[in-house]
Amino acid sequence: MPKGSVAITAERCKGCGFCVEFCPTHVLELASAFNAKGYHPPHMINAEKCSGCNLCGMYCPDFAIFGYRFPDGKQSEKGGDA
Amino acid sequence: MHADPRCVLTGTHFINGDAACCEGALAAGARFAAGYPITPSTEIVERFAARAPKVGGLFIQMEDELASSIALQGMVWAGQKSFTVTSGPGYSLMMEHIGFAAITETPCVFVDVQRGGPSTGLPTLPAQGDMMQARFGSHGDYLTIALCPNSPQECFDLTIKAFNLAEKFRVPVMFMMDECVGHMTEKVVIPAADQIEVQPRRHASKPPSEFKLFEPGPDLVPEMAHAGEGYKVYVTGLTHDKRGYPLMNPQSQRELVTRLFDKIRRAADELTIIEAEGLDDADVVVVSYGITSRVAQRAIQMARDKGLKVGKLRLICVWPFPEKVIRDLAPKVKALVVPELNMGQVVLEVERCASGQCRVISVPHPGGTVHKPAEILAAIERGAR
Amino acid sequence: MSSVELHVHNPVEDLLRQDRIPTIWCPGCGIGTTVNSFAHALLGLGIDLKKTSIVSGIGCSGRVSGYMNLDSFHTTHGRAIPFATGLKLANPELNVIVYSGDGDLTSIGGNHLIHAARRNIDLMVVCVNNMIYAMTGGQAAATTPGTSMSTTTPYGAFEPELNMPQLVDAAGACFVARWTAFHVKQLERTMAKALNKKGFRFIEVLSPCPTYYQRKNNLGDALAAMVDYKKRSKIKNGCNTWETALLPGGDIIVGEFVDREREDYLTLMRRQLGSNYTEFPPQAEEEAERCCSEC
Ligand code: SF4
Ligand code: SF4
Ligand code: SF4
Repeated sequence: MPKGSVAITAERCKGCGFCVEFCPTHVLELASAFNAKGYHPPHMINAEKCSGCNLCGMYCPDFAIFGYRFPDGKQSEKGGDA
Repeated sequence: MHADPRCVLTGTHFINGDAACCEGALAAGARFAAGYPITPSTEIVERFAARAPKVGGLFIQMEDELASSIALQGMVWAGQKSFTVTSGPGYSLMMEHIGFAAITETPCVFVDVQRGGPSTGLPTLPAQGDMMQARFGSHGDYLTIALCPNSPQECFDLTIKAFNLAEKFRVPVMFMMDECVGHMTEKVVIPAADQIEVQPRRHASKPPSEFKLFEPGPDLVPEMAHAGEGYKVYVTGLTHDKRGYPLMNPQSQRELVTRLFDKIRRAADELTIIEAEGLDDADVVVVSYGITSRVAQRAIQMARDKGLKVGKLRLICVWPFPEKVIRDLAPKVKALVVPELNMGQVVLEVERCASGQCRVISVPHPGGTVHKPAEILAAIERGAR
Repeated sequence: MSSVELHVHNPVEDLLRQDRIPTIWCPGCGIGTTVNSFAHALLGLGIDLKKTSIVSGIGCSGRVSGYMNLDSFHTTHGRAIPFATGLKLANPELNVIVYSGDGDLTSIGGNHLIHAARRNIDLMVVCVNNMIYAMTGGQAAATTPGTSMSTTTPYGAFEPELNMPQLVDAAGACFVARWTAFHVKQLERTMAKALNKKGFRFIEVLSPCPTYYQRKNNLGDALAAMVDYKKRSKIKNGCNTWETALLPGGDIIVGEFVDREREDYLTLMRRQLGSNYTEFPPQAEEEAERCCSEC
């Protein structure tokens, strides 16, 4: 079970790929879909590996993504690949 | 509100205009200043550097005039009254920040003790060559207020006025002294603090949640909040909206610049600060300001002794220009005589407002000394013909 | 979206003026990345945000002040430091941070940088170094390294570049550090350390400018620049600042170079003035009256 997940505000994303590149566990990938501005926002491809470390959030220059940890022992029932 | 007695040197003094200007600033509530040494203005901050710490203030000598003219605005946004002092070349360096003060509506005072120019010119000798610079020096469109004292006493009184107007209209006020007035020593009477009216900061009356930093009040002047008060102010030199946020389009430019003009234009009557004498039956009126008005006074006396009907109009507030006074006067007189310690600056405004209804005679002087009364007298006689 | 996401909240958001996002910055511009480190440093220390002001000059990095939900001052080109000096001296209770670019702080504002460091004014200065004048369209700056291309050096630059840490160290700054936008965590820690220190503190942050610096020099996109920072960076805490010059393709020396104790401007002023300085509490008008009625 994953220890955390990410929240993505796709409309803010400018598709730089920082979050994808610097996620230590390679959780993310840029989607093939476009957002309204024509950029490819990230989505989770390895949700179970997400630690919620928020490195992606630290790197994101546009405040479009951040990672968070699940409270101890209470993991998301729905998973984090939304 | 009255002046704080701790800052007022009540009594009768024999001091020069520079010293009187410093005392005026203190009486007006300025305890902070930033400056850079330049003749003939430096005595003002030398005195201020000695006086300010005694009242919990400070003078910082910055690395140049670019720095001092913006450091003082930092002091104002921290909640203090502040000013800077300079002359000729230093005044030129400050121009960008006069524009910054105008667009951010930062109340502050720029003292320019005018000396001969252009460039390094005549560091120790008088001129009035910066008058148009005081009006138009910074790029873009804005209005400021400029006062011209003609005695050490006025250096005291009008410095207070300059601070009061800066606070009331939230504009940078130009205090246009000159070398003669700055270095002239005369009697200066400093009244008791409770006889000195001081305009306090027009501080935000609403809590942060309801407050907009650039929302104009009924007189088009917005209220001000400072750093550290929880208002999260946003101050920018870009064209901005009522919150202070950059908004760069023709519409917001029109709104902002028009308001910056209108807040001053609407107050034309209040800002008509003149000394007039013998205008009613005058054939010729001498229009002057600053040190030149004292020479003009002598010339007027000489002309009257010769039987000429001469009036005196002294502009204490040169900007905004007292247009109505000149418009009313022009049809009634034969000539307006305008002596200035420059090659003809304010005379252009006199000509504009007289619009051909009377002769306008410029009496230019490149500076370095004052006019001879006879030069002005000759112009009066020409005008009376 | 999972139900969890509805309750989670990026703490950085509290430090941003929400109604100003999205920013004007280009895709992959590193300025926003440095803002994350800054925001986390501020939040981690629990600094009184009400008493925190941010001052910028002009340029892409100069826009930072306007996105932060603090008292924001977007001043004139090069003059953020003297404005901040006035702000701090007139209200010493404020935490004043200057956040601006290399062209703004070291070129047009270079003199102010030197003198604020010399005076040891209690300011933290963050200089985002994208090695070019970006807002105006990619002209060479004092920080443009080696023979880089820019719109005003169409045949390559030939002026030697400025080594900022050396300059501010020599001028007397009490804290000098450099990181890149890649070093988000280190930058956060260094910023936190600097925020806790008194005196003139200077942090240089290399940041990709894909639109001008990278493009003009065929250095790939922003991500390539970040990967390059990662590769070329050598952490050398305490490094002599004359060894920290940035050369194209050379090592990027990063770390905390200077951390020294020096009394700041106001401390020196108070000591020198001694009894010539008088505290100035606000006038207590009612005092006399109240005393009488109670007696
Ligand atoms: S929170 Fe950490 S692990 Fe999860 S996606 Fe972001 S960087 Fe990767
Ligand atoms: S770092 Fe931010 S802007 Fe860049 S791709 Fe990821 S979510 Fe988008
Ligand atoms: S031009 Fe360069 S520095 Fe400016 S926002 Fe774009 S990428 Fe950033």
